[in-house]
Amino acid sequence: MTFDRRRFVQAAGVLSVLGSSSLRAQAAPIRLGLMTVKTGPLASGGIDMERALVQYLKERNNTLAGRKVELFVGDSGGVPAQARTKVQELVERERIQVMIGPLAAGEALAVDDYIRQAQLPTLSVAAAEDLTQRKPNPWFVRGTSTSSQNSQPLADYCYKQLRMRRMAVIADDIPYGHEMCAGFQRVFEDLGGKIVQKTFPPLTVPDYGTYLAQINPKIDGIFLGFAGSNGFRYLRQFNEYGLKGKVTPVGGMTALDEAVLRNMGDEALGIVTACWYSAELDNPQNRKFAAAFRAEWKYDPGFYAAATYVEAAVLEAALGAVKANIENRDAFMKALRSVKVDTVRGPVRFDEYGNVIGNVYIRKVERKEGRLVNSVIHTYPNVSQFWTYKPEEFLKNPVYSRDFPPAKNLE
Amino acid sequence: MQFWVIQTLNSLALGGLLFLLASGFSLIFGLMRIANLTHGALFMLGAYFGVAILRAAPGLNLWVAALLGGLAVAVLGFFLERFILRKLAGNVLSQVLVTLGFAYILADVCLLVWGGDPIPIPTPAFLQQPLRVAGFAFPAYRIAVVFLALAVGALLYLFIEKTRLGAMIRAGVDDPQMARAVGIPVSRLFTIVFCLGAGLAGAGGIIGGPIMSAYPGLDADMLPLALIVVILGGVGSLLGAFVGSFIIGFVYTFGVALLPQLAYVILFLPMIVVIAFRPRGLFGRFAA
Repeated sequence: MTFDRRRFVQAAGVLSVLGSSSLRAQAAPIRLGLMTVKTGPLASGGIDMERALVQYLKERNNTLAGRKVELFVGDSGGVPAQARTKVQELVERERIQVMIGPLAAGEALAVDDYIRQAQLPTLSVAAAEDLTQRKPNPWFVRGTSTSSQNSQPLADYCYKQLRMRRMAVIADDIPYGHEMCAGFQRVFEDLGGKIVQKTFPPLTVPDYGTYLAQINPKIDGIFLGFAGSNGFRYLRQFNEYGLKGKVTPVGGMTALDEAVLRNMGDEALGIVTACWYSAELDNPQNRKFAAAFRAEWKYDPGFYAAATYVEAAVLEAALGAVKANIENRDAFMKALRSVKVDTVRGPVRFDEYGNVIGNVYIRKVERKEGRLVNSVIHTYPNVSQFWTYKPEEFLKNPVYSRDFPPAKNLE
Repeated sequence: MQFWVIQTLNSLALGGLLFLLASGFSLIFGLMRIANLTHGALFMLGAYFGVAILRAAPGLNLWVAALLGGLAVAVLGFFLERFILRKLAGNVLSQVLVTLGFAYILADVCLLVWGGDPIPIPTPAFLQQPLRVAGFAFPAYRIAVVFLALAVGALLYLFIEKTRLGAMIRAGVDDPQMARAVGIPVSRLFTIVFCLGAGLAGAGGIIGGPIMSAYPGLDADMLPLALIVVILGGVGSLLGAFVGSFIIGFVYTFGVALLPQLAYVILFLPMIVVIAFRPRGLFGRFAA
């Protein structure tokens, strides 16, 4: 039988009627956008995001669920307005069908409207709480965590295991810092502890000396909610002021990230932090990922590298569920949200708001093979963004902030 | 009691660091009449040079590294002044824009070469332990920074007030046209002062390294501080930069400690007051 054009069109028509989308679209590669930051102060994390994602695709020969994937990378410089422009460019010029990113909360909020309007399935690593709480975006899933998703279990750990009762919190004066501290405070005080001091230095504070001189000496520990280089600077000065051994610091998910640890010394040893990932995690996916990443780049993958690697695994699982038919956006989005997959961070699934339910690890800085690592000392399995609170009740409260929950025990 | 003692020492330490940053800025501003917006980037570049030098020669004395790094940045300053700013002589606005553009270029070069992660500069071993006096613990290194700033201040003072070259620079600051008319090579002074200012910024970056580390964004964090100090103290005045640095050190430290909600504006309040009542700054010879 000859197979002329007319027959081909007929056959294709029949096929598409049967529920498969057009043959031409299926054959074309999936257009994946990565919105990251490669210049400016946030570049360190942003470059790791790209490296890990490229590694993920390379390991799979640039093919996910049987379909080729083409990667388009946008650089926002960490500026929200720029992120908005770049996302629009990725969508309208590069015609991306799904996006990983952006990196920072401010950027995610800036592109929130556009994502809704363009109906662009987005897998973000930004931590702003309300993106999956009071203002959930139907096109948004987050495989990493909200700001407080790690600090809430850490508060539990500080109270129950480290037996701390009086603590201080200090964090960058940005919503990310406020949200982390607020979650920590709520859980810690609900258990019966007291937060006796809250401090929010400006993000670009030249020097922490002033703040260190003010630490209330009668506390069991201090929670550090810093991002980027600030935790690192704070801890160095912490030791210079002779506070080591007097006050026990514990850290949020970015305070002692692997990216920061590789430039630190003994001052970091023994500090406990909470994060949804550690390069030391012992599961088959991570053993492979961390070893390969280290072999290529000579340092351990941290928060941002793991973030895109996790999001890529979620993306692949969702594509598998819809047989790589990303053209049907609604079905694809539904598949994204119902993904259950084992990733480098452990098992991942999503709640009805599109936020991950996954393990949170309590980690302690140790020296192994000559380098500092975050050894896992305790696991909180399947932690939700609402911790142990009921979502409906949780959402009735205002979003975590500088002033909520109110500080009742300040001295 | 402890609060006041520690915060006073903190203020002095911050003031000392600011003086290292702002003295060069003030001299350049005073003589060339341009706000050198590369200054923060030169400070950052100095810090990164310090990192590179101490990596190449671990165990090298930090002060020697500061000298070497300062020199390297001064050489860069020479090229910047001699081959770029000189071409735009007389066009102050273009010169300021060029320094701004150069700041961006330097920042991106640093990112390219040293990456985006913060890199510490190790504190000299004998200054690592906190100094403990009468029950107070205070970082020994910061006290060393205060003394270093005082020493640099004294040297600069002797240079500007007691040497022939210093006298020519003062003449240039006061009235460049007249200075030229009496045969002072003002253009050459521009190069010298620009190199000196750049070198001071670079060395300051290394001296500040053990406190601040080298990280992308250090430039943008430092430049406004230099501007504030110079506007407060008065353009072109060494004494002004000195007094301004320590005033800012005290205002900032105590302001943030006593009124934490004002952390963002506290630096600018003294500047606004000074501009309102004394536009030329505390010791300035002309308005900025």
